Amino acid sequence: MQISIYRFDPDENEAPRMEDVELDLPEGRDLMVLDVLELLKAKDPSIAYRRSCREGVCGSDGINMNGRNGLACITPLSEAAPRGKLTLRPLPGLPVVRDLVVDMSQFYRQYEKITPWLVNDTPPPAQERLQKPRDRDKLNGLYECILCACCTTACPSFWWNPDKFVGPAGLLQAYRFLADSRDTATAERLAALEDPFSVFRCRGIMNCVSVCPKGLNPTRAIGKIRTMLLSQGI
Amino acid sequence: MSRLPRLEFDGVIVGGGGAGMRAALQLAQSGLKTAVLSKVFPTRSHTVSAQGGITCAIGSDDPDDDWRWHMYDTVKGSDYIGDQDAIEYMCSVGPEAVYELEHMGLPFTRTESGRIYQRPFGGQSKDYGKGGQASRTCAAEDRTGHALLHTLYQNNLKAGTTFLNEWFAVDLVVNQDGAVCGLVALEIESGQVVFVKSKATVLATGGAGRIYATTTNALMNTGDGVGMALRAGLPVQDIEMWQFHPTGIHQAGVLVTEGCRGEGGYLVNKDGERFMERYAPTAKDLAGRDVVARSMIQEIMDGRGAGPDSDHVFLKLDHLGEETILKRLPGITELSKTFAHVNPAKDPIPVVPTCHYMMGGVPTNVHGQALSRDSAGDDVVVSGLYAIGEVACVSVHGANRLGGNSLLDLVVFGRAAGIHIEDAMRQGIGHREPADDDVARASARLTRWNASGDGESVADLRRELQRLMLVNFNVFRDGDHMRRSISALAELRQRIANAHLPDKSRVFNTARLEALELDNLLEVAEATAIVAEARTESRGAHARNDYTERDDDNWLCHSLYFAADRSVAKRGVNFSPTTVEPFQPVARSY
Repeated sequence: MQISIYRFDPDENEAPRMEDVELDLPEGRDLMVLDVLELLKAKDPSIAYRRSCREGVCGSDGINMNGRNGLACITPLSEAAPRGKLTLRPLPGLPVVRDLVVDMSQFYRQYEKITPWLVNDTPPPAQERLQKPRDRDKLNGLYECILCACCTTACPSFWWNPDKFVGPAGLLQAYRFLADSRDTATAERLAALEDPFSVFRCRGIMNCVSVCPKGLNPTRAIGKIRTMLLSQGI
Repeated sequence: MSRLPRLEFDGVIVGGGGAGMRAALQLAQSGLKTAVLSKVFPTRSHTVSAQGGITCAIGSDDPDDDWRWHMYDTVKGSDYIGDQDAIEYMCSVGPEAVYELEHMGLPFTRTESGRIYQRPFGGQSKDYGKGGQASRTCAAEDRTGHALLHTLYQNNLKAGTTFLNEWFAVDLVVNQDGAVCGLVALEIESGQVVFVKSKATVLATGGAGRIYATTTNALMNTGDGVGMALRAGLPVQDIEMWQFHPTGIHQAGVLVTEGCRGEGGYLVNKDGERFMERYAPTAKDLAGRDVVARSMIQEIMDGRGAGPDSDHVFLKLDHLGEETILKRLPGITELSKTFAHVNPAKDPIPVVPTCHYMMGGVPTNVHGQALSRDSAGDDVVVSGLYAIGEVACVSVHGANRLGGNSLLDLVVFGRAAGIHIEDAMRQGIGHREPADDDVARASARLTRWNASGDGESVADLRRELQRLMLVNFNVFRDGDHMRRSISALAELRQRIANAHLPDKSRVFNTARLEALELDNLLEVAEATAIVAEARTESRGAHARNDYTERDDDNWLCHSLYFAADRSVAKRGVNFSPTTVEPFQPVARSY
């Protein structure tokens, strides 16, 4: 199989390059892209990428495969490279550290900005706080985010304003806490998002939805936040 | 060698999984200067993969549930070498620790009354085994570990914990008095090596499932803490005890939660027979994991395995109905489709027992303080060192862990270690000074790899080690095979000592990390092999073809392994809980 992989080591290279590799694949199995990376690394240990759980829950191996962001460990070759050639690049929109490894600091900063923890000022009861199943159901499709950054780094609005627009992953979590019946900081959370950039830079492009490896829908969550902000303003 | 740059903290926690972050939270909330040092961003730690839940007698499903029943189950599950003081502590403190998680925001699934949803899990009973199956495992759908890990990370952000993310722990720094003064670590992005000095160092590095060629464990579960402890001259306990989870997806090794059987799924052989009815007539598919795993292998060996190679069995879920499956087991549905190409609402999942959990580890007391031995053979606390979670052996799991007890272990003992360190700091524990030589010693293996010339490749040696362990230290073990493996591992040690790191670059050099991890895999594998061969009985997860019975006269004890002379010693099991009568060993049946 023909593979083209993005290579860059800041100590060695002035500029990044695409390296073409020919790799013999074991027959009879539809490998995941991560399997291919591991085979490549066994041949050339200097290829750098992040990976861990290899089952799509840790969010380490978000990369760009033939132009599309996704998790290498749960993307079958047949899906990533239906026409045979596989092109691997780092996630777009973030500085490259080395090869497929990007600097995630900006992404994490946006996550930290939304106060990503439950706020409840009432003293906790001796047991759990009660929550009706229908209230708990409101967290489905939100809490499952694995912070892989596939969505945020596919978002043109984030590319333009990575410092000011929270981005789809951060906003999905912002809504996760707004939607939690146990959280008492709704007003503060909304106030922190009111400026023209944090939420309103979302242009509904929906790249986030189309790439999310967990099938989540940040655009819908952003829409809900907008509605809350607007109805609060009235 | 020139002096390394230094960082100083009150407490450094090595590992950002559930245990590490629970301990860090305790320390950070009390205002101590706390750092979590983790080779991955914390939410990528392996706790994230835990599915089914956290077992704890919170009395939601059954208001009469009692932590003592949970304790009984855990002692029985451990095949009686779990320490009863530690199990008592875990089961009785558990509810408080679980409620704390809920207060922090963990999105548990709920019952109609709004309480935390609990599901049945293996080895659970009511009324000390006399009242039938219990439902004691608190769940957030089948993503409990993910929910727990993210919640703890979020609350650490709130508490102001310092995160040294993507830092790799090389070795502990131990001074001439045997006190741990911190560790040498490598900042992965810059390649800089730093002496991280701390008053208390907490190993929370997780397991080492990657000593096996197939495992449910993440690629990074390479036993770094066990390697560090052994190289520091400290013992590990019960390291021969490896849990094989009954339901790893055939070939992929990916975990399918026991919660599937808790929700009513069951195993069938190639003839469609629900074979667990023969092996465990009462608990059936919810017997202890060791029992179920052995039964599955027995079916396969007797020619009733499925597939072209007759090498797996099936987990049947379709009778639960699509609605239950999607509501209670959405993650499993995803994983089955991705890795087994089946929709569990229609077709059974091909499964095989797969390495899952390291019951052994660094011996500790209930405060998480690491223990060693003095020359008289008595336990001594290792000054400055704690161990919690999977890397520790406190021991609550003994020879076989019950499902859902690992998440409880993480939060209960992460918290306990945090509380103990807080107290110690209040009493004014200072930094311990190491000599420059002590720091250099902790950088030695890094220096070795960096200086390596020609030699075998890390990937080849790792593959060989993993195959060897998979074949010879599986669900069933055999004396001759184990003895041959011990020789093979001694030879591998020589070869690894001469192996080659071709990439010496500075920035985000993952080849260097894999080399350092290989050192750790070897330490764990060799310890496992030597102790497994020495324990001449079958108990819990350790089942031998040549010693098929449990031998309470000789082996109702922990094993202790010392790497310096590759020796195996015995250590007594605690049979002295403080508030209940001890549970005495009886024949174990489900």
